[in-house]
Amino acid sequence: MVEEIQKTIDTEEEYTINMGPQHPSTHGVLRFVVSLKGELVKNVQPHCGYIHRGIEKMCEKITYPQIIHLTDRMDYLSAHINNAAVCLTVENALEIEMPERVKYIRTIIEELSRIASHQLWWCAFGMDLGGLTCFFYGLRDREKILDIFEESTGGRLIQSYNCPGGLMNDIHPNFQQKVKDFIKYFRKVLPEYDQLLTGNVIFQERAKKVGYISKEEAINFGLTGPSGRGSGFACDVRKRAPYHMYGKVDFKEVLYTEGDTLARYKVRIDEMWESMKIIEQLIDNIPAGDYAVKMKPIIKLPEGEYFQRVESARGEFDVFIISDGNKNPYRIKFRSPNLVNLTAINAMSKDHKIADLVAISGSLDLVIPCMDR
Amino acid sequence: MIFNIYDFTSFTQWIDNLLYSNLSPFWALIVEMTLIGLVFLLGYALVGLFLVYLERKVCALMQNRIGPNRVGPFGLFQTIADLIKLLLKELISIKHSDKLLFNIAPFIVIIASFLCIAAIPFAKGLHAMDFNIGVFYVMAVSSMGVVGILIAGWSSNNKYSLIGAMRSGAQIVSYELSVGLSLITMVVLAGSMQFSTIVEAQSDGWFIFKGHISSVIAFVIFMIASTAETNRGPFDLAEAESELTAGFHTEYSGIKFAFFFLAEYMNMFIVAAIAATVFWGGWMPLHIGGLEGFNNAMDFIPPFIWFFGKTFVIIFLMMWFKWTFPRLRIDQLLTLEWKYLLPINLINVLIMAFLVLMGWHF
Repeated sequence: MVEEIQKTIDTEEEYTINMGPQHPSTHGVLRFVVSLKGELVKNVQPHCGYIHRGIEKMCEKITYPQIIHLTDRMDYLSAHINNAAVCLTVENALEIEMPERVKYIRTIIEELSRIASHQLWWCAFGMDLGGLTCFFYGLRDREKILDIFEESTGGRLIQSYNCPGGLMNDIHPNFQQKVKDFIKYFRKVLPEYDQLLTGNVIFQERAKKVGYISKEEAINFGLTGPSGRGSGFACDVRKRAPYHMYGKVDFKEVLYTEGDTLARYKVRIDEMWESMKIIEQLIDNIPAGDYAVKMKPIIKLPEGEYFQRVESARGEFDVFIISDGNKNPYRIKFRSPNLVNLTAINAMSKDHKIADLVAISGSLDLVIPCMDR
Repeated sequence: MIFNIYDFTSFTQWIDNLLYSNLSPFWALIVEMTLIGLVFLLGYALVGLFLVYLERKVCALMQNRIGPNRVGPFGLFQTIADLIKLLLKELISIKHSDKLLFNIAPFIVIIASFLCIAAIPFAKGLHAMDFNIGVFYVMAVSSMGVVGILIAGWSSNNKYSLIGAMRSGAQIVSYELSVGLSLITMVVLAGSMQFSTIVEAQSDGWFIFKGHISSVIAFVIFMIASTAETNRGPFDLAEAESELTAGFHTEYSGIKFAFFFLAEYMNMFIVAAIAATVFWGGWMPLHIGGLEGFNNAMDFIPPFIWFFGKTFVIIFLMMWFKWTFPRLRIDQLLTLEWKYLLPINLINVLIMAFLVLMGWHF
């Protein structure tokens, strides 16, 4: 390890510091070995694996309905979306068409968790830049979404609401009204976010032209989600390969071409508006019907390889399953958007200040348990 | 009656005479200094504790929270409970650190802020020392704190601390200029560096009103620069917790940490007190030249209430900044000082000198 760190130092004037595994701005147990020259960042070497639980390996031993409880615990901020990816893979493999009601509810809850995730990101990003008040504003509004989740799904952070074949249980009778109330409330409150942070001169100075990455580089690094769309890379899976109801609703793929921290920030803020638009189109027309289709007690996938892409709050989340016909997958692979987005951090933060490194890693919206799996 | 809440001069004179008539001049001086020291220590601790409480409550107000509300009425004793906890905590010593400098640093920081109080007039006739160079003295003494911060960062044997200390050094040395120049602008208007004269000169209107736009600019610059000089947000780069965990005091624990903490809050109080004295008239009630009835009504409120009222309004402003704005970056911080505040300040001094020369001020 010592040699590895030594290798990153070019000249005698440089020195290294460890950011993490315990550090306030890495939002988890991520560790950056940062080579510094004064305050200038010369090289960032991310070290991950501190929260590796072997989820992919564990999945080989358990059945498909059980897997969703592990995918919950990967990207815990968009747990529902991860579950949907696994469920979609299994359902497509078995060629089961979901009832309309399931599609509607899944889409609504996915968009709600996207809003909740972006809210938490906004809190944490504000805090990274030193604006502590943001944290409480964001959490105040996120609480309302979590209450809606709790009522219908029984879980707040991780819901395990999806299961292969539909949903665990039907939505609560209050669900529609509560979601409508929330949208009405949040449409009023979201401009407050702009007033507090976006319009602030200090924030603009901190975010503009910081952590620039061009469209070509973004594609080469495989940046997806808001981080990629901030560089003008149209990578929204909801548009490119629609699933659930996304093909039928009207929403805009948010694209900014600046490629800096401010662009990534604006993508997420605008995505919250778009998510609200999607929910508003669906919430009044949830069709009646079953909330799940009858599945066999033991789900066995036919032999073969299955693949599904979804757009999680942080980027493209992919599930790849190789089945040998048993009740558990032969091999399962998750593409974590966080791990892929992290690879760009060195290119982004070169010759910036330490404070910018914090802003850049905040703008990538990293969730460490998803990265390490 | 000797004790008068509107004018402490007779009261302090009475104590002075009492001591000098009963003791030899040497011992009278010693007893007097000890008394003042004790009063200041007590006041220092009380104001410090209250400021910590106030910061928590103001911060809670900004963040849709309630703040401390369990220990005592309205959580008033929370900070005292915290102080007891800090007193009881272990003082961790670090391997390979410079022990002497490490232990000395908190004292330098706290002494620097302690020395400043001596010059502040709290009410009419209530100040420890009335220098003829009061403003200059405060400037000189308050800049000693940075030495303590640099020593703390250097001796901690921690890279985060060192970065924090270096940032703090660059920041305080730069912003000292703006603080000094904006005070000089007001010294030009007052024609004196003595705090008592400055306050007396505001008996027919505070300086912020008397000096046209020039003193408003000086006040704004003073607020920005003094917030930076006290290492408070949005200029809290020295202890930026999202970047440097806790900056220069990362390695300090227990009462040594409390010293840094207390010094930070007391610096805020001192800076606010100086702003109140120089720009808002200190203990001088709000007077408008020519309106005798109004002035008499204002005089009915005791001067020390005016002083602390003004000071806490300015402290509230500084807390408002801290809990609203994100943090600046070090190069932006220095750009702000050297490229904007300093040139504006220099021109402002010229304008003020011109105003005073032509007698255009009120």
